[in-house]
Amino acid sequence: MTVIDDRTSAPAGAVVAAADGGGAAPISLHGVSKRYGVGPASVLALDGVSLTVRQGEFLCLVGASGCGKSTLLSLVAGLDAPTVGTVSVNGRTAFMFQEAALLPWRSASQNVELALKLRGVPRRERREQARDLLALVRLADFADKAPHELSGGMRQRVAMARALAQDADILLMDEPFGALDAITRDVLHDEIERIAQERALTVLFVTHNVREASRLGDRVVLLSSRPGRVAAEFVVDAQRPRRIESAEIAAVAADITVRLREEVRRHARSDD
Amino acid sequence: MHAATIDEELDGLDHLEDVSDARQASLGRRLWDALWPKMAAVGLVLGFWQFAVWREWKPRYLLASPGDVWARLVEDAGTAEMWEAIGTTMQRSLVGFAWALVIGASIGLVVTASRHVRSAIGSLVTGLQTMPSIAWFPLAILLLGLTESAINFVVVLGAAPSIANGVISGIDSSPPLLRRAGRSMGARRWALYRDFLVPAAMPSVVAGLKQGWAFAWRSLMAGELLVLIPGAQSIGSRLNFAREFSDSEGVLASMLVILVIGILMDSIVFSRLERRVLRRRGLGATAR
Repeated sequence: MTVIDDRTSAPAGAVVAAADGGGAAPISLHGVSKRYGVGPASVLALDGVSLTVRQGEFLCLVGASGCGKSTLLSLVAGLDAPTVGTVSVNGRTAFMFQEAALLPWRSASQNVELALKLRGVPRRERREQARDLLALVRLADFADKAPHELSGGMRQRVAMARALAQDADILLMDEPFGALDAITRDVLHDEIERIAQERALTVLFVTHNVREASRLGDRVVLLSSRPGRVAAEFVVDAQRPRRIESAEIAAVAADITVRLREEVRRHARSDD
Repeated sequence: MHAATIDEELDGLDHLEDVSDARQASLGRRLWDALWPKMAAVGLVLGFWQFAVWREWKPRYLLASPGDVWARLVEDAGTAEMWEAIGTTMQRSLVGFAWALVIGASIGLVVTASRHVRSAIGSLVTGLQTMPSIAWFPLAILLLGLTESAINFVVVLGAAPSIANGVISGIDSSPPLLRRAGRSMGARRWALYRDFLVPAAMPSVVAGLKQGWAFAWRSLMAGELLVLIPGAQSIGSRLNFAREFSDSEGVLASMLVILVIGILMDSIVFSRLERRVLRRRGLGATAR
Protein backbone atom coordinates (compact mmCIF):
# COMPACT_ATOMS: atom_id res chain seq x y z
CA MET A 1 0.00 0.00 0.00
CA THR A 2 2.66 2.49 1.04
CA VAL A 3 4.47 2.12 -2.22
CA ILE A 4 1.53 3.08 -4.32
CA ASP A 5 0.66 6.00 -1.99
CA ASP A 6 4.21 7.36 -2.22
CA ARG A 7 4.09 7.23 -5.96
CA THR A 8 0.69 8.59 -6.81
CA SER A 9 2.39 11.62 -8.30
CA ALA A 10 4.72 9.52 -10.40
CA PRO A 11 3.99 9.26 -14.11
CA ALA A 12 1.59 6.51 -15.12
CA GLY A 13 3.14 3.12 -15.55
CA ALA A 14 4.81 2.32 -18.79
CA VAL A 15 5.81 -0.71 -20.74
CA VAL A 16 9.12 -0.04 -22.39
CA ALA A 17 10.12 -2.21 -25.30
CA ALA A 18 13.81 -1.54 -25.48
CA ALA A 19 15.77 -1.87 -28.69
CA ASP A 20 17.85 -4.95 -29.32
CA GLY A 21 21.36 -5.21 -28.01
CA GLY A 22 22.98 -2.96 -25.47
CA GLY A 23 23.20 -5.89 -23.05
CA ALA A 24 19.94 -4.96 -21.34
CA ALA A 25 18.21 -7.71 -19.36
CA PRO A 26 15.45 -9.48 -21.32
CA ILE A 27 12.89 -8.62 -18.66
CA SER A 28 13.10 -6.06 -15.91
CA LEU A 29 10.43 -4.64 -13.66
CA HIS A 30 10.98 -1.59 -11.46
CA GLY A 31 8.55 -0.78 -8.66
CA VAL A 32 5.65 -2.25 -10.56
CA SER A 33 2.19 -1.98 -9.04
CA LYS A 34 -1.06 -2.96 -10.62
CA ARG A 35 -4.44 -1.91 -9.34
CA TYR A 36 -7.65 -3.17 -10.90
CA GLY A 37 -10.65 -0.85 -10.75
CA VAL A 38 -10.84 2.52 -9.00
CA GLY A 39 -11.96 3.75 -5.60
CA PRO A 40 -12.60 1.64 -2.50
CA ALA A 41 -13.67 -1.41 -4.54
CA SER A 42 -10.35 -1.56 -6.39
CA VAL A 43 -7.95 -4.43 -5.87
CA LEU A 44 -4.21 -4.07 -5.59
CA ALA A 45 -2.85 -7.13 -7.41
CA LEU A 46 0.85 -6.26 -7.43
CA ASP A 47 2.65 -3.93 -5.07
CA GLY A 48 6.10 -2.52 -5.79
CA VAL A 49 7.55 -5.55 -7.54
CA SER A 50 11.09 -5.23 -8.85
CA LEU A 51 12.54 -8.15 -10.71
CA THR A 52 15.17 -8.79 -13.35
CA VAL A 53 15.38 -11.88 -15.50
CA ARG A 54 18.81 -12.45 -17.00
CA GLN A 55 19.61 -13.58 -20.51
CA GLY A 56 19.02 -17.33 -20.85
CA GLU A 57 17.70 -17.63 -17.31
CA PHE A 58 14.85 -19.95 -16.35
CA LEU A 59 12.98 -18.03 -13.66
CA CYS A 60 10.04 -19.54 -11.81
CA LEU A 61 7.46 -17.48 -9.95
CA VAL A 62 5.60 -19.29 -7.20
CA GLY A 63 2.99 -18.16 -4.74
CA ALA A 64 -0.40 -18.99 -3.29
CA SER A 65 -3.65 -17.78 -4.84
CA GLY A 66 -3.98 -14.06 -5.28
CA CYS A 67 -0.26 -13.32 -5.51
CA GLY A 68 -0.67 -11.68 -8.90
CA LYS A 69 1.46 -14.21 -10.81
CA SER A 70 -0.76 -14.13 -13.85
CA THR A 71 -1.09 -10.35 -13.67
CA LEU A 72 2.67 -10.06 -13.74
CA LEU A 73 2.89 -12.22 -16.85
CA SER A 74 0.21 -10.19 -18.61
CA LEU A 75 2.19 -7.03 -17.90
CA VAL A 76 5.36 -8.53 -19.35
CA ALA A 77 3.46 -9.81 -22.39
CA GLY A 78 2.08 -6.32 -22.97
CA LEU A 79 -1.51 -7.56 -22.67
CA ASP A 80 -1.98 -5.08 -19.83
CA ALA A 81 -0.24 -1.93 -18.52
CA PRO A 82 1.10 -1.37 -14.97
CA THR A 83 -0.59 1.27 -12.79
CA VAL A 84 2.78 2.42 -11.44
CA GLY A 85 6.37 1.55 -12.31
CA THR A 86 8.06 0.36 -15.48
CA VAL A 87 8.17 -2.96 -17.23
CA SER A 88 10.89 -3.24 -19.81
CA VAL A 89 11.08 -6.13 -22.21
CA ASN A 90 14.08 -6.58 -24.42
CA GLY A 91 13.27 -9.21 -27.04
CA ARG A 92 10.35 -11.04 -28.60
CA THR A 93 7.91 -12.71 -26.25
CA ALA A 94 5.64 -15.68 -26.73
CA PHE A 95 2.92 -16.70 -24.31
CA MET A 96 1.82 -20.14 -23.18
CA PHE A 97 -1.37 -20.50 -21.19
CA GLN A 98 -2.60 -23.14 -18.78
CA GLU A 99 -4.76 -24.42 -21.61
CA ALA A 100 -3.13 -24.94 -24.96
CA ALA A 101 -5.49 -22.34 -26.53
CA LEU A 102 -5.11 -23.95 -29.94
CA LEU A 103 -7.62 -22.98 -32.61
CA PRO A 104 -9.92 -26.01 -32.77
CA TRP A 105 -10.67 -25.57 -36.50
CA ARG A 106 -7.00 -25.80 -37.45
CA SER A 107 -4.79 -28.88 -37.45
CA ALA A 108 -1.66 -28.98 -35.31
CA SER A 109 0.43 -27.89 -38.26
CA GLN A 110 -2.00 -25.13 -39.28
CA ASN A 111 -1.95 -23.77 -35.73
CA VAL A 112 1.81 -23.43 -35.90
CA GLU A 113 1.57 -22.00 -39.41
CA LEU A 114 -0.77 -19.26 -38.19
CA ALA A 115 1.89 -17.99 -35.80
CA LEU A 116 4.36 -17.96 -38.70
CA LYS A 117 1.85 -16.09 -40.86
CA LEU A 118 1.26 -13.43 -38.22
CA ARG A 119 5.02 -13.02 -38.02
CA GLY A 120 5.14 -12.41 -41.77
CA VAL A 121 6.75 -15.65 -42.93
CA PRO A 122 5.93 -16.21 -46.63
CA ARG A 123 3.25 -18.82 -47.31
CA ARG A 124 5.47 -21.34 -49.09
CA GLU A 125 7.93 -21.51 -46.20
CA ARG A 126 5.34 -21.92 -43.47
CA ARG A 127 4.49 -25.57 -43.94
CA GLU A 128 8.07 -26.73 -43.81
CA GLN A 129 8.94 -24.56 -40.82
CA ALA A 130 5.86 -25.82 -38.99
CA ARG A 131 6.98 -29.41 -39.69
CA ASP A 132 10.40 -28.66 -38.24
CA LEU A 133 8.94 -27.11 -35.11
CA LEU A 134 6.53 -30.00 -34.60
CA ALA A 135 9.46 -32.37 -35.05
CA LEU A 136 11.27 -30.43 -32.33
CA VAL A 137 8.44 -31.21 -29.88
CA ARG A 138 8.37 -34.74 -31.37
CA LEU A 139 4.94 -34.43 -32.94
CA ALA A 140 5.88 -34.68 -36.61
CA ASP A 141 3.56 -37.67 -37.03
CA PHE A 142 0.62 -35.74 -35.63
CA ALA A 143 0.92 -32.64 -37.81
CA ASP A 144 -2.42 -33.15 -39.55
CA LYS A 145 -4.43 -34.07 -36.46
CA ALA A 146 -7.05 -31.69 -35.13
CA PRO A 147 -6.57 -30.48 -31.54
CA HIS A 148 -9.50 -32.57 -30.33
CA GLU A 149 -7.74 -35.68 -31.60
CA LEU A 150 -4.69 -34.96 -29.42
CA SER A 151 -4.19 -35.59 -25.72
CA GLY A 152 -3.73 -32.71 -23.27
CA GLY A 153 0.03 -33.19 -23.21
CA MET A 154 0.27 -33.23 -27.00
CA ARG A 155 -1.80 -30.07 -27.22
CA GLN A 156 0.59 -28.32 -24.87
CA ARG A 157 3.50 -29.43 -27.03
CA VAL A 158 1.78 -28.01 -30.11
CA ALA A 159 1.31 -24.80 -28.12
CA MET A 160 5.03 -24.93 -27.37
CA ALA A 161 5.83 -25.32 -31.07
CA ARG A 162 3.50 -22.42 -31.81
CA ALA A 163 5.26 -20.27 -29.20
CA LEU A 164 8.60 -21.11 -30.81
CA ALA A 165 7.12 -20.26 -34.21
CA GLN A 166 6.74 -16.70 -32.98
CA ASP A 167 10.54 -16.64 -33.05
CA ALA A 168 10.55 -15.54 -29.46
CA ASP A 169 13.64 -15.44 -27.30
CA ILE A 170 11.50 -14.93 -24.20
CA LEU A 171 8.94 -17.54 -23.24
CA LEU A 172 6.19 -16.54 -20.81
CA MET A 173 4.45 -19.55 -19.32
CA ASP A 174 1.35 -19.34 -17.15
CA GLU A 175 1.01 -22.70 -15.37
CA PRO A 176 1.30 -24.47 -18.72
CA PHE A 177 1.41 -27.96 -17.23
CA GLY A 178 -1.10 -27.37 -14.43
CA ALA A 179 -3.90 -29.33 -16.06
CA LEU A 180 -1.82 -32.38 -17.02
CA ASP A 181 -1.44 -35.70 -15.25
CA ALA A 182 1.76 -36.17 -13.22
CA ILE A 183 3.67 -38.45 -15.58
CA THR A 184 2.99 -36.32 -18.64
CA ARG A 185 4.03 -33.27 -16.70
CA ASP A 186 7.33 -34.86 -15.67
CA VAL A 187 8.15 -35.71 -19.27
CA LEU A 188 7.23 -32.22 -20.45
CA HIS A 189 9.58 -30.80 -17.81
CA ASP A 190 12.40 -32.72 -19.46
CA GLU A 191 11.20 -31.43 -22.80
CA ILE A 192 10.97 -27.73 -21.94
CA GLU A 193 14.34 -27.91 -20.17
CA ARG A 194 15.94 -29.40 -23.29
CA ILE A 195 14.36 -26.88 -25.66
CA ALA A 196 15.10 -23.88 -23.45
CA GLN A 197 18.75 -24.93 -23.29
CA GLU A 198 19.05 -25.71 -26.99
CA ARG A 199 17.57 -22.39 -28.01
CA ALA A 200 19.05 -20.33 -25.18
CA LEU A 201 15.57 -19.08 -24.26
CA THR A 202 14.83 -16.80 -21.38
CA VAL A 203 11.86 -18.27 -19.55
CA LEU A 204 9.49 -16.69 -17.04
CA PHE A 205 7.46 -19.58 -15.69
CA VAL A 206 4.54 -19.14 -13.32
CA THR A 207 3.30 -22.03 -11.20
CA HIS A 208 1.77 -22.82 -7.83
CA ASN A 209 3.64 -26.11 -7.78
CA VAL A 210 6.80 -25.68 -5.69
CA ARG A 211 8.30 -28.98 -6.79
CA GLU A 212 7.86 -28.00 -10.42
CA ALA A 213 9.49 -24.62 -9.79
CA SER A 214 12.48 -26.26 -8.10
CA ARG A 215 12.78 -28.82 -10.91
CA LEU A 216 12.84 -26.16 -13.64
CA GLY A 217 14.13 -22.87 -12.26
CA ASP A 218 17.63 -21.46 -12.17
CA ARG A 219 16.00 -19.14 -9.69
CA VAL A 220 12.66 -19.35 -7.88
CA VAL A 221 10.96 -16.14 -6.76
CA LEU A 222 8.29 -16.45 -4.11
CA LEU A 223 5.50 -13.89 -4.22
CA SER A 224 3.34 -13.02 -1.25
CA SER A 225 -0.40 -12.77 -1.69
CA ARG A 226 -2.84 -9.86 -1.69
CA PRO A 227 -1.09 -7.77 -2.76
CA GLY A 228 1.67 -9.57 -4.63
CA ARG A 229 5.17 -8.64 -3.42
CA VAL A 230 8.51 -10.37 -3.78
CA ALA A 231 8.77 -12.33 -0.51
CA ALA A 232 11.86 -14.45 -1.07
CA GLU A 233 14.27 -15.65 -3.70
CA PHE A 234 15.96 -19.02 -4.04
CA VAL A 235 18.84 -19.91 -6.33
CA VAL A 236 18.76 -23.51 -7.55
CA ASP A 237 22.19 -24.56 -8.74
CA ALA A 238 21.52 -28.25 -9.31
CA GLN A 239 23.12 -29.68 -12.46
CA ARG A 240 21.01 -30.03 -15.62
CA PRO A 241 19.43 -32.18 -16.91
CA ARG A 242 17.60 -32.60 -13.62
CA ARG A 243 15.14 -35.17 -12.37
CA ILE A 244 12.11 -34.14 -10.36
CA GLU A 245 12.54 -37.19 -8.10
CA SER A 246 16.12 -36.33 -7.12
CA ALA A 247 16.92 -35.64 -3.46
CA GLU A 248 18.52 -32.34 -4.37
CA ILE A 249 15.34 -30.98 -5.94
CA ALA A 250 13.25 -32.33 -3.08
CA ALA A 251 15.45 -30.44 -0.58
CA VAL A 252 15.06 -27.15 -2.47
CA ALA A 253 11.32 -27.68 -2.72
CA ALA A 254 11.12 -28.33 1.02
CA ASP A 255 12.90 -25.02 1.75
CA ILE A 256 10.55 -23.08 -0.48
CA THR A 257 7.50 -24.82 0.94
CA VAL A 258 8.46 -23.79 4.50
CA ARG A 259 8.68 -20.18 3.37
CA LEU A 260 5.43 -20.39 1.36
CA ARG A 261 3.57 -21.80 4.37
CA GLU A 262 4.80 -18.88 6.46
CA GLU A 263 3.27 -16.56 3.89
CA VAL A 264 -0.02 -18.42 3.94
CA ARG A 265 -0.15 -18.41 7.77
CA ARG A 266 0.54 -14.69 7.85
CA HIS A 267 -2.74 -14.29 5.97
CA ALA A 268 -4.68 -16.38 8.46
CA ARG A 269 -3.64 -14.00 11.25
CA SER A 270 -4.32 -10.78 9.39
CA ASP A 271 -7.71 -11.90 8.16
CA ASP A 272 -9.11 -13.05 11.53
CA MET B 1 21.33 -40.96 -23.71
CA HIS B 2 19.06 -38.71 -21.69
CA ALA B 3 17.39 -37.29 -24.80
CA ALA B 4 16.73 -40.84 -25.98
CA THR B 5 14.92 -41.56 -22.72
CA ILE B 6 12.66 -38.54 -23.14
CA ASP B 7 12.03 -39.65 -26.69
CA GLU B 8 10.91 -43.08 -25.58
CA GLU B 9 8.79 -41.78 -22.76
CA LEU B 10 7.02 -39.26 -24.97
CA ASP B 11 6.47 -41.89 -27.62
CA GLY B 12 4.96 -44.23 -25.05
CA LEU B 13 2.64 -41.54 -23.69
CA ASP B 14 1.56 -40.49 -27.17
CA HIS B 15 0.60 -44.00 -28.11
CA LEU B 16 -1.24 -44.57 -24.86
CA GLU B 17 -3.17 -41.37 -25.36
CA ASP B 18 -3.81 -41.51 -29.08
CA VAL B 19 -7.53 -40.76 -29.07
CA SER B 20 -8.10 -40.63 -32.81
CA ASP B 21 -10.59 -43.17 -34.08
CA ALA B 22 -10.71 -44.75 -37.49
CA ARG B 23 -14.09 -46.52 -37.24
CA GLN B 24 -16.19 -45.92 -40.33
CA ALA B 25 -19.25 -47.92 -41.40
CA SER B 26 -19.87 -48.79 -45.06
CA LEU B 27 -21.65 -46.26 -47.29
CA GLY B 28 -24.77 -48.40 -47.73
CA ARG B 29 -25.06 -48.94 -44.01
CA ARG B 30 -24.73 -45.21 -43.27
CA LEU B 31 -27.27 -44.32 -45.97
CA TRP B 32 -29.75 -46.82 -44.60
CA ASP B 33 -29.19 -45.55 -41.02
CA ALA B 34 -29.85 -42.02 -42.18
CA LEU B 35 -32.85 -42.84 -44.35
CA TRP B 36 -35.08 -45.29 -42.52
CA PRO B 37 -36.26 -42.93 -39.72
CA LYS B 38 -37.22 -40.34 -42.34
CA MET B 39 -39.02 -42.90 -44.47
CA ALA B 40 -40.90 -44.20 -41.45
CA ALA B 41 -42.05 -40.67 -40.56
CA VAL B 42 -43.21 -39.96 -44.11
CA GLY B 43 -45.05 -43.28 -44.18
CA LEU B 44 -46.86 -42.40 -40.97
CA VAL B 45 -48.04 -39.04 -42.34
CA LEU B 46 -49.20 -40.59 -45.62
CA GLY B 47 -51.03 -43.23 -43.62
CA PHE B 48 -53.02 -40.64 -41.66
CA TRP B 49 -53.78 -38.71 -44.85
CA GLN B 50 -55.03 -41.79 -46.69
CA PHE B 51 -57.06 -42.76 -43.63
CA ALA B 52 -58.79 -39.34 -43.57
CA VAL B 53 -59.58 -39.69 -47.28
CA TRP B 54 -61.02 -43.20 -46.84
CA ARG B 55 -63.19 -42.09 -43.94
CA GLU B 56 -64.45 -39.25 -46.21
CA TRP B 57 -63.74 -36.68 -43.50
CA LYS B 58 -64.11 -34.10 -46.33
CA PRO B 59 -65.53 -34.56 -49.81
CA ARG B 60 -63.00 -35.95 -52.30
CA TYR B 61 -62.90 -32.71 -54.36
CA LEU B 62 -61.74 -30.76 -51.27
CA LEU B 63 -59.22 -33.26 -49.92
CA ALA B 64 -57.53 -35.23 -52.65
CA SER B 65 -55.95 -38.60 -51.90
CA PRO B 66 -52.17 -39.13 -51.75
CA GLY B 67 -52.39 -41.29 -54.89
CA ASP B 68 -54.15 -38.57 -56.91
CA VAL B 69 -51.74 -35.88 -55.71
CA TRP B 70 -48.79 -38.09 -56.65
CA ALA B 71 -50.29 -38.61 -60.11
CA ARG B 72 -50.68 -34.84 -60.48
CA LEU B 73 -47.07 -34.28 -59.40
CA VAL B 74 -45.83 -36.76 -61.96
CA GLU B 75 -47.97 -35.10 -64.64
CA ASP B 76 -46.75 -31.59 -63.64
CA ALA B 77 -43.15 -32.71 -63.69
CA GLY B 78 -43.58 -33.33 -67.42
CA THR B 79 -44.64 -29.75 -68.13
CA ALA B 80 -42.39 -26.76 -68.83
CA GLU B 81 -44.56 -24.44 -66.70
CA MET B 82 -43.81 -26.39 -63.56
CA TRP B 83 -40.05 -26.16 -64.02
CA GLU B 84 -40.29 -22.53 -65.01
CA ALA B 85 -42.21 -21.85 -61.78
CA ILE B 86 -39.64 -23.71 -59.71
CA GLY B 87 -36.87 -21.84 -61.52
CA THR B 88 -38.43 -18.44 -60.81
CA THR B 89 -38.99 -19.26 -57.16
CA MET B 90 -35.48 -20.68 -56.65
CA GLN B 91 -33.92 -17.69 -58.33
CA ARG B 92 -35.84 -15.30 -56.09
CA SER B 93 -34.92 -17.22 -52.97
CA LEU B 94 -31.23 -17.39 -53.84
CA VAL B 95 -30.97 -13.73 -54.82
CA GLY B 96 -32.85 -12.67 -51.69
CA PHE B 97 -30.75 -14.93 -49.48
CA ALA B 98 -27.50 -13.68 -51.02
CA TRP B 99 -28.48 -10.08 -50.28
CA ALA B 100 -29.54 -11.04 -46.77
CA LEU B 101 -26.19 -12.77 -46.27
CA VAL B 102 -24.16 -9.74 -47.32
CA ILE B 103 -26.29 -7.26 -45.37
CA GLY B 104 -26.81 -9.44 -42.29
CA ALA B 105 -23.14 -10.42 -41.98
CA SER B 106 -21.98 -6.82 -42.41
CA ILE B 107 -24.37 -5.56 -39.76
CA GLY B 108 -23.31 -8.38 -37.43
CA LEU B 109 -19.62 -7.58 -37.83
CA VAL B 110 -20.10 -3.85 -37.34
CA VAL B 111 -22.20 -4.39 -34.22
CA THR B 112 -19.51 -6.58 -32.62
CA ALA B 113 -16.73 -4.19 -33.59
CA SER B 114 -18.24 -0.99 -32.21
CA ARG B 115 -19.77 -0.40 -28.80
CA HIS B 116 -21.72 2.59 -30.13
CA VAL B 117 -23.23 0.77 -33.07
CA ARG B 118 -24.16 -2.03 -30.70
CA SER B 119 -26.07 0.21 -28.32
CA ALA B 120 -27.68 1.97 -31.27
CA ILE B 121 -28.99 -0.98 -33.29
CA GLY B 122 -28.16 -4.14 -31.34
CA SER B 123 -31.63 -4.59 -29.87
CA LEU B 124 -33.27 -3.37 -33.08
CA VAL B 125 -31.76 -6.35 -34.91
CA THR B 126 -33.31 -8.76 -32.40
CA GLY B 127 -36.60 -6.86 -32.59
CA LEU B 128 -36.70 -7.15 -36.37
CA GLN B 129 -36.15 -10.87 -36.06
CA THR B 130 -39.38 -11.28 -34.09
CA MET B 131 -41.40 -9.22 -36.56
CA PRO B 132 -43.40 -11.50 -38.89
CA SER B 133 -42.13 -10.64 -42.32
CA ILE B 134 -45.59 -10.91 -43.88
CA ALA B 135 -46.43 -7.72 -41.95
CA TRP B 136 -43.96 -5.88 -44.17
CA PHE B 137 -45.85 -6.66 -47.37
CA PRO B 138 -48.50 -3.92 -47.26
CA LEU B 139 -45.73 -1.32 -46.93
CA ALA B 140 -43.54 -3.03 -49.53
CA ILE B 141 -46.43 -3.10 -52.02
CA LEU B 142 -47.24 0.57 -51.37
CA LEU B 143 -43.64 1.62 -51.85
CA LEU B 144 -42.55 -0.71 -54.64
CA GLY B 145 -45.78 -1.93 -56.23
CA LEU B 146 -46.50 -5.49 -57.32
CA THR B 147 -42.90 -6.08 -58.39
CA GLU B 148 -39.97 -8.41 -57.88
CA SER B 149 -38.39 -5.69 -55.76
CA ALA B 150 -41.26 -5.83 -53.28
CA ILE B 151 -40.76 -9.58 -52.85
CA ASN B 152 -36.99 -9.25 -52.63
CA PHE B 153 -37.27 -6.45 -50.07
CA VAL B 154 -39.33 -8.59 -47.72
CA VAL B 155 -37.22 -11.72 -48.20
CA VAL B 156 -34.10 -9.76 -47.25
CA LEU B 157 -35.82 -8.19 -44.24
CA GLY B 158 -36.96 -11.64 -43.17
CA ALA B 159 -33.58 -13.32 -43.38
CA ALA B 160 -30.96 -10.65 -42.61
CA PRO B 161 -31.69 -10.24 -38.86
CA SER B 162 -31.23 -13.97 -38.21
CA ILE B 163 -27.91 -13.95 -40.03
CA ALA B 164 -26.77 -10.80 -38.20
CA ASN B 165 -27.74 -12.35 -34.88
CA GLY B 166 -25.82 -15.52 -35.68
CA VAL B 167 -22.69 -13.48 -36.33
CA ILE B 168 -23.16 -11.33 -33.23
CA SER B 169 -23.79 -14.18 -30.81
CA GLY B 170 -21.00 -16.23 -32.36
CA ILE B 171 -18.39 -13.53 -31.89
CA ASP B 172 -19.70 -12.54 -28.45
CA SER B 173 -19.46 -16.09 -27.21
CA SER B 174 -16.04 -16.90 -28.66
CA PRO B 175 -13.72 -18.01 -25.84
CA PRO B 176 -11.82 -15.06 -24.27
CA LEU B 177 -8.74 -17.28 -24.17
CA LEU B 178 -8.60 -17.35 -27.98
CA ARG B 179 -8.78 -13.58 -28.03
CA ARG B 180 -5.90 -13.42 -25.54
CA ALA B 181 -3.94 -15.99 -27.51
CA GLY B 182 -4.49 -13.97 -30.68
CA ARG B 183 -3.36 -10.75 -29.07
CA SER B 184 -0.29 -12.40 -27.55
CA MET B 185 0.58 -13.67 -31.04
CA GLY B 186 0.48 -10.12 -32.29
CA ALA B 187 -2.89 -10.23 -34.09
CA ARG B 188 -4.40 -6.76 -34.15
CA ARG B 189 -7.93 -5.81 -35.13
CA TRP B 190 -8.15 -7.18 -38.70
CA ALA B 191 -6.10 -10.30 -38.16
CA LEU B 192 -7.90 -10.94 -34.89
CA TYR B 193 -11.23 -10.99 -36.73
CA ARG B 194 -10.00 -12.90 -39.76
CA ASP B 195 -7.98 -15.62 -38.05
CA PHE B 196 -9.55 -15.91 -34.60
CA LEU B 197 -12.99 -14.39 -33.98
CA VAL B 198 -14.84 -15.12 -37.23
CA PRO B 199 -13.70 -18.75 -37.50
CA ALA B 200 -14.50 -19.22 -33.79
CA ALA B 201 -18.00 -17.84 -34.48
CA MET B 202 -18.69 -20.22 -37.37
CA PRO B 203 -20.93 -22.74 -35.56
CA SER B 204 -23.23 -19.93 -34.51
CA VAL B 205 -22.98 -18.22 -37.90
CA VAL B 206 -24.06 -21.41 -39.65
CA ALA B 207 -27.00 -21.77 -37.25
CA GLY B 208 -27.92 -18.18 -38.17
CA LEU B 209 -27.67 -18.97 -41.90
CA LYS B 210 -29.90 -21.98 -41.45
CA GLN B 211 -32.51 -19.96 -39.62
CA GLY B 212 -32.10 -17.12 -42.12
CA TRP B 213 -32.81 -19.53 -44.97
CA ALA B 214 -35.98 -20.76 -43.25
CA PHE B 215 -37.17 -17.16 -42.81
CA ALA B 216 -36.28 -16.26 -46.40
CA TRP B 217 -38.21 -19.26 -47.71
CA ARG B 218 -41.27 -18.44 -45.61
CA SER B 219 -41.20 -14.76 -46.57
CA LEU B 220 -40.86 -15.71 -50.21
CA MET B 221 -43.89 -18.00 -50.11
CA ALA B 222 -45.95 -15.29 -48.40
CA GLY B 223 -44.72 -12.87 -51.04
CA GLU B 224 -45.61 -15.12 -53.95
CA LEU B 225 -49.12 -15.56 -52.60
CA LEU B 226 -49.64 -11.82 -52.07
CA VAL B 227 -47.60 -10.18 -54.81
CA LEU B 228 -48.93 -11.68 -58.00
CA ILE B 229 -46.91 -10.40 -60.90
CA PRO B 230 -48.75 -10.88 -64.21
CA GLY B 231 -47.02 -13.34 -66.52
CA ALA B 232 -44.54 -14.60 -63.89
CA GLN B 233 -45.20 -18.23 -62.94
CA SER B 234 -43.93 -19.22 -59.53
CA ILE B 235 -44.68 -21.97 -57.03
CA GLY B 236 -46.63 -19.50 -54.90
CA SER B 237 -48.70 -18.24 -57.84
CA ARG B 238 -49.51 -21.82 -58.85
CA LEU B 239 -50.67 -22.51 -55.31
CA ASN B 240 -52.85 -19.43 -55.42
CA PHE B 241 -54.41 -20.29 -58.80
CA ALA B 242 -55.09 -23.84 -57.66
CA ARG B 243 -56.97 -22.51 -54.63
CA GLU B 244 -59.02 -20.12 -56.77
CA PHE B 245 -60.13 -23.03 -58.97
CA SER B 246 -60.80 -25.24 -55.92
CA ASP B 247 -58.22 -27.62 -57.34
CA SER B 248 -57.36 -29.69 -54.28
CA GLU B 249 -54.79 -31.83 -56.08
CA GLY B 250 -53.05 -28.70 -57.35
CA VAL B 251 -52.97 -27.09 -53.88
CA LEU B 252 -51.52 -30.17 -52.22
CA ALA B 253 -49.07 -30.79 -55.04
CA SER B 254 -47.71 -27.22 -54.82
CA MET B 255 -47.47 -27.49 -51.04
CA LEU B 256 -45.45 -30.69 -51.36
CA VAL B 257 -43.07 -28.98 -53.79
CA ILE B 258 -42.57 -26.14 -51.29
CA LEU B 259 -41.96 -28.58 -48.46
CA VAL B 260 -39.55 -30.75 -50.43
CA ILE B 261 -37.47 -27.81 -51.67
CA GLY B 262 -37.26 -26.46 -48.13
CA ILE B 263 -36.10 -29.81 -46.79
CA LEU B 264 -33.63 -30.38 -49.62
CA MET B 265 -32.02 -26.96 -49.19
CA ASP B 266 -31.72 -27.54 -45.47
CA SER B 267 -30.24 -31.02 -45.74
CA ILE B 268 -28.08 -30.57 -48.82
CA VAL B 269 -26.69 -27.14 -48.00
CA PHE B 270 -27.16 -26.03 -44.42
CA SER B 271 -27.17 -29.20 -42.35
CA ARG B 272 -24.19 -30.49 -44.27
CA LEU B 273 -22.34 -27.21 -43.72
CA GLU B 274 -23.23 -27.35 -40.05
CA ARG B 275 -21.98 -30.92 -39.66
CA ARG B 276 -18.74 -30.05 -41.39
CA VAL B 277 -18.12 -27.03 -39.18
CA LEU B 278 -18.90 -28.96 -36.01
CA ARG B 279 -16.97 -32.09 -36.95
CA ARG B 280 -13.90 -30.04 -37.76
CA ARG B 281 -14.01 -28.72 -34.22
CA GLY B 282 -14.68 -32.10 -32.65
CA LEU B 283 -18.19 -31.01 -31.64
CA GLY B 284 -21.67 -32.35 -32.28
CA ALA B 285 -23.31 -35.75 -32.16
CA THR B 286 -21.65 -36.95 -35.37
CA ALA B 287 -18.14 -36.26 -34.12
CA ARG B 288 -17.54 -39.73 -32.69
